[in-house]
Amino acid sequence: MQDLKEQLIEVFGESHLVEAFGELTLMVDSQEIIKTCLKLRDFFSFETLIDLCGVDYLTYGQSDWNGNASASGFSRGRNHQGSKDRHEQRFAVVYHLLSVSKNKRIRVKSFVDEAEPIIKSVTDIWASADWYEREAFDLMGILFENHTDLRRILTDYGFKGHPLRKDFPMIGEVEMRYDEDLGRVVYEKVSIEPNINVPRVIRK
Amino acid sequence: MAEIRNYTLNFGPQHPAAHGVLRLILELDGEVIERADPHIGLLHRGTEKLVESKPYNQSIGYMDRLDYVSMMCNEHAYVMAIETMLDIKVPERAQYIRVMFDEITRILNHLMWLGTHGLDVGAMSIFLYAFREREKLIDCYEAVSGSRMHATYYRPGGVYRDLPDKMPQYLDSDFRTDKELEAMNENRQGSLLDFIADFVKEFPKSIKQYDDLLTDNRIWKQRLVNIGIVSANRAKQLGFTGPMLRGSGVAWDLRKNQPYAVYDQLEFDIPVGMTGDSYDRYLVRMEEMRQSNRIIKQCVKWLQENPGAVMSDDHKVSPPKRTEMKDDMESLIHHFKLFTEGYCLPEGEIYRAVEHPKGEFGVYLISDGANKPYRIKIRAPGFTHLAAMDEMAKGHMLSDVVTIIGTQDVVFGEIDR
Repeated sequence: MQDLKEQLIEVFGESHLVEAFGELTLMVDSQEIIKTCLKLRDFFSFETLIDLCGVDYLTYGQSDWNGNASASGFSRGRNHQGSKDRHEQRFAVVYHLLSVSKNKRIRVKSFVDEAEPIIKSVTDIWASADWYEREAFDLMGILFENHTDLRRILTDYGFKGHPLRKDFPMIGEVEMRYDEDLGRVVYEKVSIEPNINVPRVIRK
Repeated sequence: MAEIRNYTLNFGPQHPAAHGVLRLILELDGEVIERADPHIGLLHRGTEKLVESKPYNQSIGYMDRLDYVSMMCNEHAYVMAIETMLDIKVPERAQYIRVMFDEITRILNHLMWLGTHGLDVGAMSIFLYAFREREKLIDCYEAVSGSRMHATYYRPGGVYRDLPDKMPQYLDSDFRTDKELEAMNENRQGSLLDFIADFVKEFPKSIKQYDDLLTDNRIWKQRLVNIGIVSANRAKQLGFTGPMLRGSGVAWDLRKNQPYAVYDQLEFDIPVGMTGDSYDRYLVRMEEMRQSNRIIKQCVKWLQENPGAVMSDDHKVSPPKRTEMKDDMESLIHHFKLFTEGYCLPEGEIYRAVEHPKGEFGVYLISDGANKPYRIKIRAPGFTHLAAMDEMAKGHMLSDVVTIIGTQDVVFGEIDR
């Protein structure tokens, strides 16, 4: 991995490269995603796009319990703000690349803005990006410019909203039942109560 | 003469050859496929969203329900991601047990695939023979975890409990005589490992039977040879992994190329295809079953010789013993904390993948330091394979679509998540 890291530093500069848990992450400006991906495919022989997904950083680093739950005594979960300001932009698109010929992996990460969550599509570089980008659009609401067929893929026909966004409720917005009088399926506002048993806790 | 136009055919989602709930919109020119548009998501259960709301250990069960014919392999990727982030050392015995059950799972998956693929293209009897062996392996699942399918057996830090000393036996029943019962329990007299050792000895004979039924069968070859050809370069472009990639002649296997658990200490070979058609993928999977059998044999030998712990003794992730809890305050606290709040992972992100029977199954985990994952993305091999449906089916006949669905070995639990 070390030689790959050196080559990457040479091409992309050290400031964009993060190494953690034995994995390399390349941070890329969303404007330069095509240029970077082409370089990675053609010069670093990352010929396979293993995975592509969207991430929503809206509630990153927030826990359910507030800091003053127990100011002294046990170290209860608390709201630590330390890492939140790192993610000024709400969404990220993460690409996992694999080089079968050189047996290497790399992660490419690019942040996009909430107001305009749009990034260029990489379908022309890797064919497997097609459905992955549709999935990221469906679940996260990230738009992919120049994608020829950006339809929803996993959710229902006519679904509204993007379920993996952090502000989408766990129980959903609508529920469906068969209405005997109307003789068809109807959608209604969801009637179940949200129920999460274990609070989200961050401990240092 | 009347103008003949293409017409559209709706295939599934309730078609028996659709392997679950695949809906295919096929555009046909006569009987030739012009365009295939798979509609997926009919089994979408929002696994990724659910996992975000639960402590890490409570989501292991969701992994079983992803690819519900290769349960333990899914768990393996998930627990490996957690273990790497927490830097837990897993006892070697647990690693061997995991590898053994990964390979049992691979045989389970391939037998299921072989039986249903055979059924799809018109071979009935192979299904019955495949399920005969499958039953024995599912009994191993039951013996070790109490559940025949959704095991939840792998835990961060090892496996939930050691292999049982006694293989469960069939009970007396009105429907069988004492003699029949004795014959059924003949290979169940010893421990689970003895039962598996016996299975490993007998299994090559069963593979020989499948071989005799199909490999040189004229109808089988007519349905499979030259159907759904994918070149090596195209397979990499399309993100293929596992037998789909190896069938196209690329010798790529995570167990060899990026070894995890104890695969680097075991002997096995990687079969590859030549032409990249459905028949080659069939041959690759058949050989994989033989290789899995070889791996299981080595694991059984090692496990019989090396008793020991199967769970890390770091009680932040593994529960303390019941007896310790009776008089040790710290154990009681550990137990309470583990089963209520769980444990927190350090901040960061990780991608861990295993060679799943269908290809590369990966878990991308983002942690913000909490007791629940911030985001989890499950990389399912079937998703990319099914995405190539249009390309693989184009120009083939309608009946070949069924062969292609079969050869892709799709399971909707993992594709729809």
